[in-house]
Formats: sequence, structure tokens, C-alpha cells
Amino acid sequence: MAFTRNNDTKKCPMPVQEPDVRKHNFDEVALGYTYEMAVNEARRCLNCKNKPCTTACPVSINIPAFIERAANEDMEGAYQIISQSSSLPAVCGRVCPQENQCEGKCVRGIKGESVGIGRLERFVADYHREHCTEKPEMPVQNGHKVAIIGAGPSGLTAAGDLAKAGYKVTVYEALHLAGGVLVYGIPEFRLPKIIVQKEIDNLKAIGVDIETNMVIGKILTIDELFEMGNEAVYIGSGAGLPRFMNIPGESLKGVYSANEYLTRINLMKAYKKGSKTPIKHSKRVAVVGGGNVAMDAARSAMRIGAEEVYIVYRRGMEELPARKEEVEHAMEEGVIFKTLTNPVEVLGDENGEVCGMKCIEMELGEPDASGRRKPSPKEGSEFILDIDTMIMAIGTSPNPLIRSTTPRLEANRHGCIVTDGEGGLTSREGVYAGGDAVTGAATVILAMGAGKAAAKAIDEYIKNKG
Amino acid sequence: MNSYTLKTMLYRKESMEMYKILRKKALNPTVSLMEIEAPLIAKKAEPGQFIIFRAKEDSERVPLTIADFDREKGTVTIIYQIVGGSTMELDTLNEGECLQDFAGPLGKPSETDGLKKVAVVGGGVGCAIAYPIAKKLSSLGCEVHSIAGFRNKDLIILEDEFRSVSSELRIMTDDGSYGKKGLVTNALEELIKEGNQYDEVIAIGPLIMMKFVCLLTKKYNIKTIVSMNPIMIDGTGMCGGCRLTVGGETKFACVDGPDFDGHLVDFDEAMHRGTMYRDFEAHAREESCDLFKKEVQ
Repeated sequence: MAFTRNNDTKKCPMPVQEPDVRKHNFDEVALGYTYEMAVNEARRCLNCKNKPCTTACPVSINIPAFIERAANEDMEGAYQIISQSSSLPAVCGRVCPQENQCEGKCVRGIKGESVGIGRLERFVADYHREHCTEKPEMPVQNGHKVAIIGAGPSGLTAAGDLAKAGYKVTVYEALHLAGGVLVYGIPEFRLPKIIVQKEIDNLKAIGVDIETNMVIGKILTIDELFEMGNEAVYIGSGAGLPRFMNIPGESLKGVYSANEYLTRINLMKAYKKGSKTPIKHSKRVAVVGGGNVAMDAARSAMRIGAEEVYIVYRRGMEELPARKEEVEHAMEEGVIFKTLTNPVEVLGDENGEVCGMKCIEMELGEPDASGRRKPSPKEGSEFILDIDTMIMAIGTSPNPLIRSTTPRLEANRHGCIVTDGEGGLTSREGVYAGGDAVTGAATVILAMGAGKAAAKAIDEYIKNKG
Repeated sequence: MNSYTLKTMLYRKESMEMYKILRKKALNPTVSLMEIEAPLIAKKAEPGQFIIFRAKEDSERVPLTIADFDREKGTVTIIYQIVGGSTMELDTLNEGECLQDFAGPLGKPSETDGLKKVAVVGGGVGCAIAYPIAKKLSSLGCEVHSIAGFRNKDLIILEDEFRSVSSELRIMTDDGSYGKKGLVTNALEELIKEGNQYDEVIAIGPLIMMKFVCLLTKKYNIKTIVSMNPIMIDGTGMCGGCRLTVGGETKFACVDGPDFDGHLVDFDEAMHRGTMYRDFEAHAREESCDLFKKEVQ
């Protein structure tokens, strides 16, 4: 160790755009550490031997090792260590729920704040992107072909690992643009699309083919992918149909699923002036749900000009499943949290437009099967929230297109593809699956973890097949 | 499909220019046909399914039901009416040019199994979607009676095509300038009263037309299938914009449809939802017109 440890009990704060400014633009909120900040923060790491942070990382990045390199100002060395385990570090540094993973287990967190692992990961990845001029090396091909369905975080991770192992990989994407939720869901202000594009360009540079406009299950079936010479298929088709609450009024004009709202704004660029994609320019918006998607929708609504934006969530602030930083940012930007509240009806005017939402107050009872306290309505506590737009962000159920066109592919009663073991083997030989298609709506990093594990399993399967 | 043809097609897909317009033809002043090179989609397409296109980069994604396909030639035909900015933009493309994106075949194919006698009802540009179904039914040996309704003589499309696959064709116009004056429901009721017993009525056209066809067939207790074409973005079961209420349940036109049992569809709700972006569309069309005028000048 050639440096003095930084004994500050607090992590270096992230420089951000001021709330009053950022709530009117789509530029990235968190500006990223400066070089000095990153080096100083890296020097807070104790470099523990048993690495609790690495154990808590879904893709097992060797965190103390990369941070040590950063502390020694070897940013490229740090990047190389991260990229052994993660194909999308610039993305994960921005969107992982670090407080529940690496940082949640950091020893520095016991008496003070954890090391800013996510912020350091982001810095290292950004530094590499901005300074590295070397093109990624084309791996030696091993002559085997693998098809991947879905160019989201899970599919891209699997593609990257398999391509590095020498496989000829083709990724089939249903939309016109690769990236999955990273491009249609997560907004620009949290994950600039240029970063996603750069990661995708890196994959192309190592020989990954990406075919857009290819809705597998329709244009080609999984059986046909095998006929075409692929020896294994990975299904990373992601989440599907948005859930609604089945309350009266959900078909009124001005009720969106978060998927639709965010897709219009992000993928279809409705946030840009002169965009051809229509979006309602709302004054008063209620977003139902408490996860990251709900925060993204609420903050996007604010940015396209809403005057008042509510998060309506049936449990309390403590139970919000969103990343802590997103909740804090949303509050700073003026999003109003109506927790312990549940909608019971959407109200419409004579033109069929939303003009209000009838809600009921909730109270928390005993913990339910998920360990969270079960909310129940308080009788007689109904009230009306004056809104013109309602956005449903209460999750999705898996897309039916692949399971309905693939014989002998087992799914559970929720429609999630059934897999066996860590590698994601499905009921069909040579077919693997992971990410939201298997788990239902979850996080980017869990989907990446599944893609990584499946790539390993596919590699073993093809090698053992002889 | 054997692996040889698949490989050849994929090779072609990579090497050729994508989604090239091989033929473009105006069918009436606002409705045109385009035959698009899309061999993989053409291999799989069935009547009732749709595609999503984007005319240019940064264009909207627009769903259009497939009007015809040629598996040998590897083409898919679409017929569109210029209603807003997106279709106007599509119409600026000419033979030899390429669409930015063309994805499909999406949705479930129309069910044709076991049908012996069917009345196919098309309204306006909806005839473009009704025709391939009539064609398929006829090829399966089903007796097809077709009713096609238009506002006036100038707007009539696909008359010869319908005639070639129907044992009975009735053309209706609002003003009586061609065929018979009246609505498609008048013709349908006449045919029913003449003693025709249909296994099914298939109605495709404006929502209001489909609604009234369904009201009529309910009276005579004839199963009726309608093809819904709501606002959608991805078309693959992700955005939920295309939801509609069928038999009291929320359904998604892109993956559960676009065909539904017309007697169960909540048409009034669908009509309301269809107007969500009417102002925006009209505005976009005006802007496109202005741009177009500038280009011409």
C-alpha cells in the first residue's frame, strides 16, 4: 500500500445537478466523482480479506481488488478487474441497488458509511470509456454458435461472456434498438443512452451480432434457431405485460402503464422537443407503486412539465422497494409521497379523460409471506386526489410469446419460465433462461447475474456434448 | 422450414438492403399499397396478423395489419390510409427506397378452421385486412360472401380481388355513387333475411361499423369476429397501451388479438381510447404538410 488510508467515516458525497435545475431537464442527475474524489474514496476501503462485498455482489466482482487499484491511481487496472466479472460496469455503477448488495455488507458501514462502491465502479468505467483508445480484441472463434433472445442486460451479459469464450453469438432483439430496459425503461437522467450504446458497440467489436426487429416466437421459433446451427439458446426476453389493478376507470384516457409512459419518453424520445411521439402533457400525475420504475415515471413526468407529481404506495416509506438514492432524489425534486394509500377508482370526465383518483388510506398489520407488513384499508378513509394522469407501476407478468410457441418449455402458473439450477437450464435440452423472464420483474444486476451464470452453463454444456 | 432455406434467407437478410419497397400503388386518393421485401416475415405471415413499421429514423412505431404476403417472392403487402404524421411520412417513401424498421408477424392469426360459410364485412381501408381472410377462407373451400362499404365511388379498393374469392359480393356506398346506397349492416341483414346461414361473420373496419355489425349479428345470434387496431407501441406485449375490455376482462390486442369475439368487446371504451392523441396527430399531420410544402417549393 503506497498511500495513507482515508479514515473519514462518511463517504464522499456525489456531485449532483441542483434539484430545481434538474427537474426541468433530462441530463444525468449524478455528475460522477472527480479523479481526486475517486482516489480519496477508494482509500477508505479496508481491503478486508473475507470480502463481504464481493459475496453480496450478484456477479461477484472482486471489489477490494479493483478499489485497491483505484486507490493506487491505476484506473485501467481497476477496470480490467471489474470487467472480468461484469460486462456492463458503467451501467451497474449507476443502477444497482448497492445498499442491499455490496455496500450493505461493507465493514466500513458498521461504524459510519460504507465505501461508495457503486460510485467508484461508475468512475472507473467512465474513466476507461473516456481515456481508453484501444479497441477490444477479437476473441479466437471456437466454431460453435449460440443464439440469445433479448438484447437487455441479461442477454447482453450472456452474449459478452460467450463471445469472449470464442462462440459466434447472435442476439435477437424484438424492438428496433438493442438495450432492453436500459433503453426503453430507465430514463436518460439516470442512465444516459450513450453509455448503453458504447457498451453495445464493445460487444459488436468482439464479434457479437445483434439483429433488431426480430420477435422470436413469431418470425422464428426456438426450434428453428437450433435448425440454423445454434447449439444452445438463451432466453432473456425480459418482463412482459404490465399489471393493472382491475379497479374501475383504468381504461380512461390518461391512464398509462409505466412501461408505456417510459417507452414513449425514453425509447421513442418524446422528451425531446419536436419528437413525433405523442405523450400527454399532464399537470397533476399520480404514479402507483414504490419501486424504481415508479420513481423513474414520477421524475420523468416532472421533467416533461407536470406541476404536481405523487407517488401513491400502499405500504410505508420504510417499505419502498426503490433504490434509496432514487427515493431521495425524487423527494428533493418535489415528488410528493402518498404512502399508506391505495387507489380504489379512477374518475373520468365527460370526455373519458382522467379527472381524479379515489384513494383509501391503509394501515400495516402483521408481516406476510414476503416478510413485509401486510397493508389493509382503513374503513371510511376514502378521499379524492385531484389528478389528470395516472401511471401504473405495479409490476409486470412475463411475456407469453416464447412459451406459447416453444413446445415442451415449462412455465409456472404465473407464466415465468421454469429453470433448474444456477445455470438456468429449462425443461428443454440446450435451452437456458434467466432474468425477468424467469423471476418476474427484478433488477438489472440480477438479470446480468443470471446471464453470466447461463453463459458458463452453456459453455460447459457445449464442451461436454463433444 | 428446412435449415437450408433458413440459412439462405438469413444470409439474404444480412446481405440485402432491408425492407425495400418493391411496389407502391395508390388505390384511391388517400389509400396506398406497398409491397415490401421481408422474406422471413413473409414465410410466417397469416391473415389477421400485423406488422410494426417505422418509416424513418425517429419515426413513430405504427402497427398495420398485413394485407397480403407472397412466401415465394418473400414480400409482405401493406395497405395504409394517410391519417396522421406517421402514415404521411410512410407515403413519402417510393419504390426502391427502404423502410427503417419492419417487425412481425405479430398477433394471432385469424381462426379459419372448420368454417363452411362466412360473411366477411369490410369498411373503408378495413377491406385491406378483410380481403386476405376472405382469400384464405375461399382457398380452404369455405363459401364466402363479402360486403364492402365505402363513403363513395372514388374510395373503393380491392373490388376485383374480393370478387375473385367471394361467391357473393355486395358493395355499399354512403352516397349511392356505386353499388347500393346504404350501410354494410343493411346488406348483411338482407343476406341473412335471404336465408343465408353463416357459421361466422368477420367484420373489419371503423370501430363504429364493427359495433353496429355486432349489434345486428347478436340479434340473429351469429358468432362475430372483429379485428381491433388500437394504439400500440411495441406490439409484443410490453407497453400495455393496446388494452381493451373483452367480456369484462382486460386484454392486450397485440398478444391476445387482434381478433376478438365482437359480442364481448367494449366498443364504446375502445372508441374513447382511440381519440387519446387525436389533437397531437392532427397537429403532426399539419406540420408534416408544412414541411412537405416547403420541400415542394
